[in-house]
Amino acid sequence: MTEKKGKIYGVAGPTVLVKGMSGPVMNTVCLVGRQGLLGEIIRVKGDFATLQVYEDTSGISVGEEVVSYGLPLSVTLGPGLLAGIFDGIQRPLEKIRLAAGGFIPRGIKIEAIDRERLWEFAPLKKKGDPVEPGDIIGTVQETPRIVHKIMVPPGSSGTITEIKSGMVSGKEHVCMLSTGKSIGLFQEWPVRIPRPFKSKLPPTTPFITGQRVFDTLLPVAEGGTAIVPGGFGTGKTVVEQTIAKFSKSDIVVYVGCGERGNEMSEILSDFPALSDPASGLPLSQRTVIVVNTSNMPVAAREASIFTGITIAEYFRDMGYSVAMLADSISRWAEALREISSRLEEMPGEEGFPPYLATQLGIFYERSGKVRCLGADERTGSVTVISAVSPPGGDFSEPVTQASLRFAGTLWALDPDLAYRRHFPAVNWLASFSLYHSELGGWFSGNVAEDMARLRRKLFTLLQRQTELRDIIQIIGVEALQESDRLTLEVANIATESFLKQSAFSEVDAFNTYEKQYWMLKAIFAYMESAEAALRRGVYIETILENPAASSLAAMKEMANEGFSKKASELIRDIESEFAILDEK
Amino acid sequence: MAIDLIKREYRTISSISGPLVFVEKVTGASLGEMCSVVLGSGEKRTGQILQLMGTTAIVQVLQGTSGIDPEAARVFPTGEAARIGVSKDLFGRVMNGFGVPIDGLPPIIPDEYLDINGLPMNPASREKPDFFVQTGISAIDGLNTLVRGQKLPIFSGAGLPAKELALQIVRQAKVAETGDFAVILGAMGITSREGFFFRKSLQESGALERTIAFINEVSDPTIERLFTPRIALTVAEYLAFERGYHVMVILTDMTSYCESLREIGSAREEIPGRRSYPGYMYTDLATLYERAGRLKGKKGSVTLMPILTMPDDDITHPIPDLTGYITEGQIVLSRALHRKGIYPPIEVLPCLSRLMTLGIGKGKTREGHRAISDQLYSAYARGIDVRRLVTIVGEEGLSDLDRRYLEFADEFERKFVGQLDEDRSIDATLDLGLELLKSVPEGESVRRK
Ligand SMILES: Nc1ncnc2c1ncn2[C@@H]1O[C@H](COP(=O)(O)OP(=O)(O)OP(=O)(O)O)[C@@H](O)[C@H]1O
Ligand SMILES: [Mg+2]
Repeated sequence: MTEKKGKIYGVAGPTVLVKGMSGPVMNTVCLVGRQGLLGEIIRVKGDFATLQVYEDTSGISVGEEVVSYGLPLSVTLGPGLLAGIFDGIQRPLEKIRLAAGGFIPRGIKIEAIDRERLWEFAPLKKKGDPVEPGDIIGTVQETPRIVHKIMVPPGSSGTITEIKSGMVSGKEHVCMLSTGKSIGLFQEWPVRIPRPFKSKLPPTTPFITGQRVFDTLLPVAEGGTAIVPGGFGTGKTVVEQTIAKFSKSDIVVYVGCGERGNEMSEILSDFPALSDPASGLPLSQRTVIVVNTSNMPVAAREASIFTGITIAEYFRDMGYSVAMLADSISRWAEALREISSRLEEMPGEEGFPPYLATQLGIFYERSGKVRCLGADERTGSVTVISAVSPPGGDFSEPVTQASLRFAGTLWALDPDLAYRRHFPAVNWLASFSLYHSELGGWFSGNVAEDMARLRRKLFTLLQRQTELRDIIQIIGVEALQESDRLTLEVANIATESFLKQSAFSEVDAFNTYEKQYWMLKAIFAYMESAEAALRRGVYIETILENPAASSLAAMKEMANEGFSKKASELIRDIESEFAILDEK
Repeated sequence: MAIDLIKREYRTISSISGPLVFVEKVTGASLGEMCSVVLGSGEKRTGQILQLMGTTAIVQVLQGTSGIDPEAARVFPTGEAARIGVSKDLFGRVMNGFGVPIDGLPPIIPDEYLDINGLPMNPASREKPDFFVQTGISAIDGLNTLVRGQKLPIFSGAGLPAKELALQIVRQAKVAETGDFAVILGAMGITSREGFFFRKSLQESGALERTIAFINEVSDPTIERLFTPRIALTVAEYLAFERGYHVMVILTDMTSYCESLREIGSAREEIPGRRSYPGYMYTDLATLYERAGRLKGKKGSVTLMPILTMPDDDITHPIPDLTGYITEGQIVLSRALHRKGIYPPIEVLPCLSRLMTLGIGKGKTREGHRAISDQLYSAYARGIDVRRLVTIVGEEGLSDLDRRYLEFADEFERKFVGQLDEDRSIDATLDLGLELLKSVPEGESVRRK
């Protein structure tokens, strides 16, 4: 690797201008100044190169040396990622804590993953086997839950001339190819380049979140993208964290991009103790955290989502279903804006650089369900769910608008709902999912034939609720027709007992599709019985006072297991309770 | 402040723009370095290097540039970053916004000098904040519980009693607090009347010997305000993490701080963001607010209560908006309640404490706390809806139930939110909540639980 040197000419915020570096290469990393801070070349102009520096630049002087080794900003991929917590440029925060205590000192250098650690490598190939990129040559049981697959890196192929078995460290090779290429437990990959795959596949399976309003009303597909815009305090982070906890994914990559430190301390302290609903094993064992909080250097915040998605793609390549959660993409965009303005680039809308949408698109397009590299034809997926923090809660701003173009699902959060503590505060009429038709087959095959019909019925009911509420604003509730009052009542039950879901209640926090389906069944059974009673001539007041409604409210606190049986009983009870109501 | 190490001298000011001077032929200076700017008259001011480009240094002058003659003025880089000398002797002292005593007493002899920018807390080193702080205010303790290490701002409007509330919280929290308690006041751009009020109130509450005040008044240099919160927070971190105190930091008024930030931005001819505040204001505010917290293995904590004035009572203004995006909730004051004579005039619906869940429940406050809070919220929200409805359809269009909610909303505001200077225990707060809920259906579900 050729070493290139230059001298610092200027410093402004997170950027440094370097003079006299012969032939600087875009997007390669440098060590900056006496403290050896990490930086990346983001502009080359004549004899000058501009760097974004991943650490605080105060104390830097003009004239200090900058060294480049010509390498792109990369992450280390291999066993030891899981349960890890890294900053935006993959520095291991837990190890930094052990080395430095409470605060992150500048210029600290600790390798991302421990290369000394020994792992039990179980080969799947043998000497003489031909291999192509992506082929799994062996495995490491990284956590009790996750088998880490050791893959032939993209670009390498040949015949195996040597393969090891048993305890190996990240420093040695596990396999040699006829080309002379050695393969170890670890790979490096440049964060700004998407990892390759054979082809993208259409999204035909849902990404199961366990949240009723999402799974039933506004699903996102495995390999799809969902965005969660909302003003401060509307519940974006709780959505992300709930999905991190309960979604049915193999791997969760959680990127805290420019947000709060305490939110991370919650995850760090809770996840080892919480178990994931599918395997019963600690959540931390399937989770990788990348966190660059709002007070950490802004350039590293810009890098954090690329670091995160590269790790996500790497696990996807093993054939896993990966959730990539980004909180919040707006903070990434702001970092981009801050750096762009230091470069004195021509600003676009609201000061964001004109290439904001392009860059966002590149990021979102790294989601997807794919046929992975490798001869075994496995598939993997990265589902991206990103929070968006629009200034003033106004969705017309550039980051929300650009994200909308790439989103398959919109979960629009509404401060009005949040103020009244209706969570998840999803405005169901303002939100959308483009995956309904692609997922239709899965729903009828795996949940129930009439799942899609019930969903549409719920949606119609909610639309009617909005209309009726508008009418009440003009004429008052007493003036409504009786059938409309009943519709409103059922809609309110659906809102309270189905859409509202507490992330903090042990039972309510996660619902299987089966439970969601049966809850809807019960609500509509109530609706039909009540409507029949009304038609029969029962007083609306009598119907509204029927305690059947409160048994619907109690469904939330019933366990997923055996719910269908309880719901069937409940439906029978409701029907008989309405049947015995007296007519006028 | 930092020791002067005068080595170099520049008489090369090429231009002056707002609070900035541009100094040429500078070598060896570093970003963030403090400078002395000595005027022709011999007057000495303080500057800090904001940007370096070739041999040009941009220096912001804390006391402003008025009266600087570029021909006569000299700039001396000190070789030091901005630092503050700290020790426990700061207790009881009053300093200006730059850390210089203004109480007539001599400067303290510091144990150490600390960089006022601090370092970012390692997220992996944070201890989860879960220790309930009883403020004695029902709308906070009951509905938006404060915990140690939280950052919870007060969103106020011009003329609303935010500082009264902040001081009441300090006074009452001090009583309930078991550990070593300290209060740090960082005041930016407050009037001398407000300054006097703060000092007097702290004295009366007997908290003065546990209080350190940094006060920048309206007439003081505006750029100094950029330093005040950093100095206050540096001292707070020192007391919390090196001396084991539970420190409550009050920063007021963040709106003045942000205006100084805007001033520097426009002097640097930066591309402005929303409403002409700098695009990096989120990051800048975060480097302040995120200094609140607890650390693993350390006894103390930094709890932060910034106060800001919402221009035009507009919560979507960038100052409250960006603050709300960083802090762990907000306490919002309402002009309407204030006019009704309700104190504290806390507008409950937009308030939030994100860390509440961690600080409440059995063994902390009381079992069932969450349910009471949720039901109060939902009943009050419904009452407010009805109130809105009444303005359109009149009382006649209301059902009986609606009328009950309307009455509930009134009672809730008068009895639960309004409490004047009463110091309510958490039990009293929750009992009162339960009592009020009796009149609405929400009450049933709480009792069921
Ligand atoms: N599903 C939920 N169940 C119960 N409470 C919730 C839920 N979602 C959000 N909340 C409440 O709302 C608060 C704010 O949520 P959250 O922190 O996720 O907001 P946010 O949108 O991420 O805000 P910011 O943009 O400022 O980060 C939470 O602290 C919690 O009290
Ligand atoms: Mg959030």
